[in-house]
Amino acid sequence: MPNYSVEVNHIGKRYRIGVTSKQYNTLRDTITGLVHNPKERLHQKMTEENSFWALKDVNFNVEEGKAIGIIGRNGAGKSTLLKILSRVTEPTEGTAIIKGRVGSLLEVGTGFHPELTGRENIYLNGAILGMKRSEIDKKLDEIIAFSEVEKFVDTPVKRYSSGMYLRLAFAVAAHLDPEILVVDEVLAVGDAEFQRKCLGKMSDVANQGRTVLFVSHNMSAIMRLTEQTVVLERGKVVMQAPTAEAVDYYLSQGYSQEGEHFWKDDEIEKNPAPFHPIRIRIVNEAGVVSDTVRSTEKFYIEFEYSLDEDITGLRVGFYIISTRGEFILTSFDVDDPSKFETFSTRKKGKYISRCTIPGDFLNEGRFVVGVNASIFKIRTYFHDEQALVFNVNGTGAPGTQWPEPRTGLIRPRLDWDIELKEV
Amino acid sequence: MSKTKAETIQTIIEPTKGWKMVNFKELIMYRELIFFLTWRDLKVRYKQTILGVAWAVIQPVMTMVVFSIFFGGLAKVPSDGIPYPLFSIAGLMPWQLFENSLRNASKSLVANRNMITKIYFPRVILPLSSILASLVDFFVAMPILIVMMIIYGYHVNIYILLIPYYILLTILTSFGVSLWFSAMDVMYRDVGIIVPFISQIWMYITPIAYGSSLISNPKWTFIYNLNPMVGVVNGFRSAFLGVYTEIPIQSMIFSLLISLIILFGGLFYFRHMEKQFADLI
Repeated sequence: MPNYSVEVNHIGKRYRIGVTSKQYNTLRDTITGLVHNPKERLHQKMTEENSFWALKDVNFNVEEGKAIGIIGRNGAGKSTLLKILSRVTEPTEGTAIIKGRVGSLLEVGTGFHPELTGRENIYLNGAILGMKRSEIDKKLDEIIAFSEVEKFVDTPVKRYSSGMYLRLAFAVAAHLDPEILVVDEVLAVGDAEFQRKCLGKMSDVANQGRTVLFVSHNMSAIMRLTEQTVVLERGKVVMQAPTAEAVDYYLSQGYSQEGEHFWKDDEIEKNPAPFHPIRIRIVNEAGVVSDTVRSTEKFYIEFEYSLDEDITGLRVGFYIISTRGEFILTSFDVDDPSKFETFSTRKKGKYISRCTIPGDFLNEGRFVVGVNASIFKIRTYFHDEQALVFNVNGTGAPGTQWPEPRTGLIRPRLDWDIELKEV
Repeated sequence: MSKTKAETIQTIIEPTKGWKMVNFKELIMYRELIFFLTWRDLKVRYKQTILGVAWAVIQPVMTMVVFSIFFGGLAKVPSDGIPYPLFSIAGLMPWQLFENSLRNASKSLVANRNMITKIYFPRVILPLSSILASLVDFFVAMPILIVMMIIYGYHVNIYILLIPYYILLTILTSFGVSLWFSAMDVMYRDVGIIVPFISQIWMYITPIAYGSSLISNPKWTFIYNLNPMVGVVNGFRSAFLGVYTEIPIQSMIFSLLISLIILFGGLFYFRHMEKQFADLI
């Protein structure tokens, strides 16, 4: 019998919807409620209407020393599952058995206090993450070196740049040495360099024979780091299989096939207002919605959304991502400074942002479109890294006289000169 | 891995059923975190202040001065035959320990919400370490009482041995009340607004500014004594200033009983609410 470090049996988590929308319950509400209907108010039963299951009957096991990936669309329950496994929140039903100390890279910097110095925060944060003081003493130099903030280690962290802050926080978490490492890449903050560092640390841990649970949208990272993957869909496990198989299933199931995707209510965060995504679609040169476009022809990506109120500084855009998770490009509708001026404030109403992707640009293959609506550095209204998938057909593209797949994600038509130098 | 099976901690995650008490064994495992959070509270409290930790002394002294002018001097409030400034500071010492503990511990959960939503640890550590930090402040302020005693020519007597008991009782009471308040604060932010009020009213129903001899009607005395801080403040003051002629066993036990009832209720209530903290905070 295999030796499991994590056993998850019939885990379910139910959230009350009413309470989260009325976030600050006042005592008055309860008191007036008590007067009117004392019993019901105190023992309010969760019903189908006032609650929803973020997770339902989730079962899977992780063998000791194995790295497992957890994938699923936004709202599928990935983060809730990690929260239950790291004991932040309790499941509503079911049990999970965890053997060993759980450390997670999702609480980078938790408990950091701006008034304390770097050194003081290392001790505090280490203790919060579950390190013994003697352990921290031993690793202190290593942590400081790793974080590259030697000179400022006795300065209050409120004077740190955000990059230094993040490096220090990560350095502490990275030296935790847990038996089970939980990583939620979706929540990972920071620049690309920092994210690379996170992933590097993860693969180190995985290679040391620790058990790793890895939540990510980055399919290439999942494929590189994990052997097994669990696919979650609407709070249920739909598959646990070797990673290649699971990723393949996820990519073919998770996306719309029609070249068009409408967002359902449960795919949107509970409170995205005032920004409501409606749909995204791929329109070919002839004006037809299709999930397949030709490499040689231009096509359009259309994102339809509505605003409940005026938003200043909004930018709406998309990413094109390969199915292995590599980002090919990012573009926003107000990248052009003059456009940004014209649309500095978008009035409430319904909008379509349409982008033209030129012909002779993408290579044949499958691509994912992600969307993002945000105000730079202020707020992200909506983000879906897998809004839509589309195919590019290579017919007529440069070099198709040779029936071989061309490596590379783009396939531009480039000018060549051939000179005869000598006969 | 080099670790053997026996060393590996096994955690079972499941919904808690019924009413349980706060798990003390687990608290012992987390003792270093308690220490670090207490240390953080202390460090942070006086950061970027000019007077620093001296504030712990200045606060009771300022209150004593105000009380002595208005209650002692102008209103001529009876002080059981003790010089009023000494009388009030001896009451203010345990009272400020109680009040600071209550105020800081009651808001400790909401103030540390980012920890609660991201990581597991026994939540009771947060109010507990706030109280321990207030206790350190209390000991810093303590010498002022001694200085005052010397100024007024009072001598320490044998009853001072009762002081640890009264300090403990203050801690137990404030811990018990804070368990209720901090857990309620997660759900009802009204608590954060009410607590300063409550502690102010509580001060007036405790013999800080006046001697409890003012309450002479025996009918009221019983109700008055239901407040465990009455026993604490009277006891603390008497033990320091040598008013005692014998150990007041009866009132000591009575106050302890009341504060234990609040504490045990609080421990169960806190544990019961704890599982929802991360979802509701």
